[in-house]
Amino acid sequence: MSGLKDAGHLFRFLGLFVIAFLVFWVIRGYVVPRSFGEYGHYRGAAIAEIASHPIKFAGHQACEQCHTDEADTKSKGAHVHVNCEACHGALAQHANDPTSMTPVKPDSAVLCARCHTASAAKPKGFPQVDPADHSNGVPCATCHNPHSPVIGSDAKTTADAKKTAATGTKAATGGAK
Amino acid sequence: MNISRRHILVLLPAAALAWKHVLAGTPEDSPNYKLSEHWWGMLIDIPKCIGCGNCVRACQAENDVPDGFFRTWVERYHVSDYHLENPEVISPDGGKEGFPVAQEDNGKYFFVPKMCNHCSDSPCTQVCPVGATFVTPDGVVLIDQTYCLGCAYCVQACPYGCRYIHPTKKVADKCTLCYHRITKGLTTACCEACPTGARQLADLKNPNDPIHEFLKTHAVQVLKPQMATGAKAFYNGLDGSVR
Repeated sequence: MSGLKDAGHLFRFLGLFVIAFLVFWVIRGYVVPRSFGEYGHYRGAAIAEIASHPIKFAGHQACEQCHTDEADTKSKGAHVHVNCEACHGALAQHANDPTSMTPVKPDSAVLCARCHTASAAKPKGFPQVDPADHSNGVPCATCHNPHSPVIGSDAKTTADAKKTAATGTKAATGGAK
Repeated sequence: MNISRRHILVLLPAAALAWKHVLAGTPEDSPNYKLSEHWWGMLIDIPKCIGCGNCVRACQAENDVPDGFFRTWVERYHVSDYHLENPEVISPDGGKEGFPVAQEDNGKYFFVPKMCNHCSDSPCTQVCPVGATFVTPDGVVLIDQTYCLGCAYCVQACPYGCRYIHPTKKVADKCTLCYHRITKGLTTACCEACPTGARQLADLKNPNDPIHEFLKTHAVQVLKPQMATGAKAFYNGLDGSVR
């Protein structure tokens, strides 16, 4: 054992290393989140946390459960693929508890124009009009049922629409002259 | 058992708390969702986009995106004759309120909605020094905002400019592909709000997803394919001038 007679300082060093490693191990146990490394080099629990955020858009399936008439009208019209909340806005709160929040009826002058204002940048097949020229200030919903916009495609609005369109455009063009 | 008034005073609030917990439940839970059964992407059909900005507004409403920052935005390209290399691109306020009316000329116009491409070999996750951003087993690039330091390495690394530092949280923020919605069986807010079907959520692991038929029958491209990011935002009708 004479070889180890002068090796005491080495063992002290080794002891220090072992203690340092243990301290590191204990601190690491506290600092690194438990789910870190579950799927990769990140905190696995973060996935479930992000997935648990509340939703704001209910989704058209939720709307159609109650508003069957509108869904029915829409399913036969040109707006069949336009989802409810594309126009009415995010309404998960209303879907969860209809009394807690009543949606505001969208302003058709702003809403319709957003998509249907004519522009050379839009795809050629997309129905577009110059709002000033097309309706002369008469609100779109006077003639078009937004849920089934082609005039004549919806029996309920057609009669009203023809009446108001006749008087409305006459009055409007009269005003313009 | 003899319950005194003192006992009831102690028990009532406890019972109320317990009942509140029962009432609240865990409504946002998604117990039937399996990470291994999905591989998410997005289909963006450029010829269908009308530049209405519905997706941008929907995204901001759904995800509380601060004003002036965008998880998705729409660009309008104007490529005049012989100028494929120099398109004129505008995106006023991310296209949130639509675009100014364009006049017909000898060039061409089109809209390009942009968002996180949810790359499977994403440069942004590779540079994160703390493991705060990652690709989930179902193919969505997410940020663990409780872990993010806000160093912005990822913001610089993203070749598509899809990340930003949140002005109040001071951590990286970006599109989550509405992870809180798709794990509950809903589509993303932008897809829900798109009136023309120009954006469609795609689950590449679902054999019944229409994406497979679409990819087979259309000429589809991703942005910056030369960067080999494994981007999963598939663009139909992507013009060569798009950067």
